[in-house]
Amino acid sequence: MAFLDRTARSLVLGELVAGMALTLRYFFKPKVTINYPYEKGPISPRFKGEHALRRYPNGEERCIACKLCEAICPAQAITIEAEPRDDGSRRTTRYDIDMTKCIYCGLCEEACPVDAIVEGPNFEFATETREELMYNKDKLLANGDRWEPELARRLELDAPYR
Amino acid sequence: MPKVTIDGIVVEVAAGSTILQAAEQAGIEIPRFCYHERLSIAGNCRMCLVEVEKTPPKPIASCGYPVADGMVVHTDSPMVRKGRRGVMEFLLINHPLDCPICDQGGECDLQDQAMGFGADHSRYDENKRAVPDKNLGPLVKTSMNRCIHCTRCIRFITEVAGVPDLGATARGEHMEVGTYVEKALGSELSGNIIDLCPVGALTSKPYAFVARPWELQKVDSIDVLDAVGTNIRIDARGTEVLRILPRINEDVNEEWLGDKSRFALDGLKRRRLDRPWVRENGKLRAATWDQAFDAIATKLKGLSGDRIGAIAGDLVDAESVLALKDLLASLGSTNVDCRQDGARLDASRRDFYCFNTSIAGIEEADAILIVGSNPRKEAPVLNARIRKAWAASGLPVAVIGSETDLTYPVLHLGTGPSVLTDLHSGSNAFATILANAKKPMIIVGQGALARPDGTAILAAAWRLAAHVGALSFDWHGFNILHTAAGRVGALDLGFVPGPNGKGVDAMLDGGLDLLWLLGADGFDSARIAAGTFVVYQGHHGDAGAQRADVILPGAAYTEKSGTYVNTEGRAQRGFKAVYPPGEAREDWTILRAFSAIIGKTLPYDTIEALRARMEQINPVFGRVGFMPRFGCSDHTGPAGDPSVLSDAPLVSTVPNYYATDPISRASPTMAACIEAQSQPALAAE
Repeated sequence: MAFLDRTARSLVLGELVAGMALTLRYFFKPKVTINYPYEKGPISPRFKGEHALRRYPNGEERCIACKLCEAICPAQAITIEAEPRDDGSRRTTRYDIDMTKCIYCGLCEEACPVDAIVEGPNFEFATETREELMYNKDKLLANGDRWEPELARRLELDAPYR
Repeated sequence: MPKVTIDGIVVEVAAGSTILQAAEQAGIEIPRFCYHERLSIAGNCRMCLVEVEKTPPKPIASCGYPVADGMVVHTDSPMVRKGRRGVMEFLLINHPLDCPICDQGGECDLQDQAMGFGADHSRYDENKRAVPDKNLGPLVKTSMNRCIHCTRCIRFITEVAGVPDLGATARGEHMEVGTYVEKALGSELSGNIIDLCPVGALTSKPYAFVARPWELQKVDSIDVLDAVGTNIRIDARGTEVLRILPRINEDVNEEWLGDKSRFALDGLKRRRLDRPWVRENGKLRAATWDQAFDAIATKLKGLSGDRIGAIAGDLVDAESVLALKDLLASLGSTNVDCRQDGARLDASRRDFYCFNTSIAGIEEADAILIVGSNPRKEAPVLNARIRKAWAASGLPVAVIGSETDLTYPVLHLGTGPSVLTDLHSGSNAFATILANAKKPMIIVGQGALARPDGTAILAAAWRLAAHVGALSFDWHGFNILHTAAGRVGALDLGFVPGPNGKGVDAMLDGGLDLLWLLGADGFDSARIAAGTFVVYQGHHGDAGAQRADVILPGAAYTEKSGTYVNTEGRAQRGFKAVYPPGEAREDWTILRAFSAIIGKTLPYDTIEALRARMEQINPVFGRVGFMPRFGCSDHTGPAGDPSVLSDAPLVSTVPNYYATDPISRASPTMAACIEAQSQPALAAE
């Protein structure tokens, strides 16, 4: 009996119709994929992307060379050298992050007493060569300048939970 | 001796001890800021509060409270903890919250103790106190906002260094530590206040913002910039030595370190010889090791042993001295000398050239005669020990030589060596003091020996020592104060002219065809006769390297593991902290490699084998760090006629404390010190 039933369904193309019906149903449902890179998904204020060194609104760099980020970095990706600047303040002469070593844990950001080093929302910093991923102070400060509005915004959004 | 119970532990301590000392003995640590075991008790930080039973119910500052028999002390009761928390809150009221930019961060007593007794927030809303920073010269950086008024620096500079430059003005919250009139600190031990400061108010100026303590690799070593053999810790990062700190050694330096030894380290990065050089047509040309060795080997071919000689410098380690001596011996030469300044040291007996009383022994002495030396400049740490002895017992100290401030009162007996004769004959008043003293000391400096009548002065000083009873079975009061760290080690290895060997003067005056200088820069290189082929092996491009025909780059003391014998005759070992720059190599390996090239291979391949040979030659090298003290049973003096003394005044061989050797001469910090010294009142910055 089961045999007859199966044969009859095949003869009237029942499976095909059921399959096509499913396709048609999904055709009218809202899509879960987005058209990257023209469209991007939302990210949390805590998203840990590319690093940046921030400045104060008056243009003074925030970093004071306390080296806490260097000390806490589990991947030892940060290298800092410091000396007194001409005005006697404590500043870095070198601030390097090896982005190939970095594991994006965000501990540097947590250790920073002046909110200087932050991990921003940017995740699109793929490069053609490995060398370009050895970030120096200039690159990090430039990142900070470029992303500052968003960096300030995400710090503000996350502040209640800190 | 009183018995006290501290946290249930019963200890018996010396009468007159304080509770804090008793607790230390019981193994209980009491937090403190102002108390320091080598300084007087001030009792002004109040951090060391404890509770003592059967006293009025209030916490007691343990650092200044003497123990009594049967006392019961609690160091961790609720009252004590509450008291300490209160003290910490008051200390933090005016302490700025700038740990991230403070150089003391990571090794700060206040930071550490705030972890134990600090609150998580401040209840203080007013403005914090602001204090202008003081300019204390090129070595000590101040940040007076951070000062917690423990007065350790004031007490150190007044009591130990003996230069009362620092003091406090005003009271309470308005108290400021400073120099009253702005001036650079005039002490050779001023760097120690950086170590003593429990907070970041006094930090090292050359080291400002350079590194954090957790980044540094710490290696134990021995200082070579004077002959005291101060125990040091070298802090290095990568290939750079970043700072030098003292280690505690009660027998040598207690826990102090001279400024030159502490701050001259930037000289280790400048004017370094980092590759071999060969002189061709009057000009030095960069060469490879093979070319340099070939140039020497070619010159050596056919030279007879008595035309070859070697002079060892002041900073050399005993290992390379022995390798050089063995190399010269294999070439048939006994023309070796380590007394490059021409000091008439007698190497025939060990107590003729050592500081026999020992540095710790100074504290037992009851009269001191200093001949031709300025210990404050030549060995500041040793001078602090003399000052300590004077402060404890008020012992009489007399000086023959130039009149200088030694930080303690001295009796100036005269400038010429003839005073020694007067003291011997008893016509000088100090002769009675020396003769009546039970443990008199005579300290002979290099200034008395590095002159033509040095032999006579040495003999006269020994004769006087024997005459006043400084030489007995249990007390050896005859002392030579050296200024060169490598000198005693070289003398112990017999690095002096053998029979028919030439001394320094004969070698320089054209007695040689080939002269090997092992770090020898201590004489005018123009004295070397024109025809002499000079090989300079060393680490700095100083006087010797300028005259050299071949330069072999060696390692400085931070870059090699070496044995040094200090002025007492104590063998001590330092370890390698960083690698030598460029092509430079450890000195004994250079000599070993060269010996193989000329087919006279030295019989040691490892430093252990070399050290075994050193021990064979002189058992002193087998007792590293340990030095037995001997009395004197043989009163036979050093060779020399004590009566042929000249009238020339005795002067110290160290005219400038901050520039004595190639390392300190290359150091910008030391240059800044010399400049600051020449203008005592600093212009406000």
